[in-house]
Amino acid sequence: MPGDDYLVRFVNIQKSYDGETLVVKNLNLNVAKSEFLTILGPSGSGKTTCLMMLAGFEPATHGEIYLKDQPINRVPPHRRGIGMVFQNYALFPHLTVAENLAFPLDVRGMSKVEKARRVKRALDMVQLGGFGDRRPAQLSGGQQQRVAVARSLIFDPDLVLMDEPLGALDKNLREQMQYKIKSIHENLGVTVVYVTHDQSIALTLSDRIAVFDDGVIQQCAAPDVVYERPENAFVANFIGENNQLTGTVVEDNGDTVKVAVGNGNIVEAKKVKVEGVGSPSTLSLRPERVVVNPEPGSLPNVFPAKTEELIYLGDHIRTRFSICGNVDFIVKIPNSAFHAAISEGDEVNIGWKAEDCRALDVWPCPTPHS
Amino acid sequence: MPTSPAKPGGPLLTADGTPLKTSLERSLKLSKLRALGLIFPPLLFLLILFVIPIGSLLTRSIDDSLSNKVLPKTLAAFERWDKTSEPDESMFEAVYLDMKAADKLDLSKLGTRMNYEKSGWRSLIKITTRGLKRIDGPPYKPAMLHLNKRWGDIEFWQSLGAMKDPVTLGYYLKAVDLKYDGNKDIMKVNKHNRIYRMLWWRTFLVSMIVTIGCLILAYPVAHLLATLPLRLSNLLMICVLMPFWTSLLVRIVSWMVMLQQNGVVNDSLVSLGVLDDGNRLPMMYNFTGTVIVMTQILLPFMILPIYSVMKTIPPSYMKAAQNLGATPARAFIRVYMPQTIPGIGAGCLLVFIVAIGYYITPELVGGKDGRLIGNLIAHHMQNSLNWGLASAMGTILLVAILTLYWVYDKLVGVDNMKMG
Repeated sequence: MPGDDYLVRFVNIQKSYDGETLVVKNLNLNVAKSEFLTILGPSGSGKTTCLMMLAGFEPATHGEIYLKDQPINRVPPHRRGIGMVFQNYALFPHLTVAENLAFPLDVRGMSKVEKARRVKRALDMVQLGGFGDRRPAQLSGGQQQRVAVARSLIFDPDLVLMDEPLGALDKNLREQMQYKIKSIHENLGVTVVYVTHDQSIALTLSDRIAVFDDGVIQQCAAPDVVYERPENAFVANFIGENNQLTGTVVEDNGDTVKVAVGNGNIVEAKKVKVEGVGSPSTLSLRPERVVVNPEPGSLPNVFPAKTEELIYLGDHIRTRFSICGNVDFIVKIPNSAFHAAISEGDEVNIGWKAEDCRALDVWPCPTPHS
Repeated sequence: MPTSPAKPGGPLLTADGTPLKTSLERSLKLSKLRALGLIFPPLLFLLILFVIPIGSLLTRSIDDSLSNKVLPKTLAAFERWDKTSEPDESMFEAVYLDMKAADKLDLSKLGTRMNYEKSGWRSLIKITTRGLKRIDGPPYKPAMLHLNKRWGDIEFWQSLGAMKDPVTLGYYLKAVDLKYDGNKDIMKVNKHNRIYRMLWWRTFLVSMIVTIGCLILAYPVAHLLATLPLRLSNLLMICVLMPFWTSLLVRIVSWMVMLQQNGVVNDSLVSLGVLDDGNRLPMMYNFTGTVIVMTQILLPFMILPIYSVMKTIPPSYMKAAQNLGATPARAFIRVYMPQTIPGIGAGCLLVFIVAIGYYITPELVGGKDGRLIGNLIAHHMQNSLNWGLASAMGTILLVAILTLYWVYDKLVGVDNMKMG
């Protein structure tokens, strides 16, 4: 599709390391200019392999990758002009921070003055103005990470790849850095492909998330869409917390289906990915969309439940119910002034809307490609 | 501050009023004693096997007390002598009395020692010792001249000057082709007797060449070891270590088979037509042979430290360098190689130090041109029994190595060194 505003296109990419199994199965993915795309998936899902193919460190077994409409399969890594932040930062330990930043400028034969100007600008950008003469080992993890980001951007690449760059940081630092990366992305307008297994980072940073599993993109959409409207059981399960009820479809009304779940209860759910009457289905329901003791008649799905466990978490109370044969049904009750006062062992009614409950395929399931 | 009632600025006190430092020392004393007890056996081992031998080496290299012990009167008479006129009766009397009083064994040792200063002394002392009982009373001069006319040679008398002090640097001078004259002035030895400086230079040269050769050969092997998949790298590691498990002698002999005039290498070259049958390369019993065999034998000492450093360098550095725009070659030189310097330093230091004192290989394949200082030390220890000179040379080697270590520390930093 030349002419489209895509910076990167993966076309029918397949990758195998041993010639027996495919790590990446027929990947088709487009990345728009200035987009922040996150490839999210569990470890071993093939997401880092995708990044390595894009950076040029792994050849694609089949298919073609286009960068600015140029096929780059045969372009060696050093001529791709793609910035990259590595998981362990890969800052050269024998060079100072300034020398590290100047490295890509050096190999491009830039003048001394221009180099100094850019290094200074890059250090200022990540608020490490006075750290140019230090060695990477003398910096904290967060500072190293900032240097790594600055180094990947200093030669003005159109595209920056990030391979779990926040994985080694503690929680507070990770949150700070994630906003830092977001603001850099917004200020520079650079395209970012970010690989992570951390869904909260993915949800915070991304314009789009490509959920990856088993070598296949399971869903690729904006964060709110991926969270609120997962297309299959894997996505529903992998992103955010999720209650599952399994059962069989007994009635298909077009937009909604009725599914018989444990204890003979019939749940009305939004039809997303089920075959039709008689087929098995997983119902997916976010814990925050469940109402405890709803007004009678206000919700289509109301069932009696037994309170099994209460965990106090400050802003909300995490409550575990057993309902419809599922003993791990989690409900988040917000710790507000009017929250329902219940204790362990109480029998209550809980209910939810039909559109919040999504009827999906059965997971784990063999995907069509394998 | 309830726990430290002392006034501000004064020493801190514990709750019961004793100074904090005293209290701390007391509490640590027991554990210090226990630690000392634990390291005592190895300390003793070190003392017996390391400090004492090196100490005795150092003493022996400067010890010259034998002549003072055996010839006190002679040396006193020597002091009174003007060093140029013909020795008078009093000096002969002193020699006679000293030798008469001396122990037989000491005399023979003394003869050997004196022979280092002027050859001829040993036989002169021997002849005189045997003839002493035939001399019956003064005057001694004609009697001794009758025993051997060398007693009249003034050069023998003059050479006593180099032996008059109980401590001498003579062995060290000798080790660098210098000597004392009769007035204890330092002068060069005769041209045709100079061998040590040339040997030191050759030893240094061989060690340098071997070190550089090992580095060139070891670097790619170490890199391969560090980057190959585990199964293959284990196999390669066994190949690297195999020589360690083989007897040194076997390895040297197999090199002899390879390198001799009718050996594998020469035969192959001749049969390939590279060489004429008449122009076979001399690769044994010379400098070349020593260098080739020593390089092969010392190679693992270079591979292992470099490998252990390379093993710790994550592949992401090379990837990062290429990603930032460096060609693979440039990435290797600018990013990978600088990080292997600690290994290179350790390997070079190790190989150089081992090479500089090497002895067995040059002995077997070195021939005349390939002998090193180590062979001379062995020679003086075993054959000429000049232990003083051997000790002096050993000490010079030791100092050279320590100097090298110091230079290395200044340049690279010993903390950066990784032995494996």
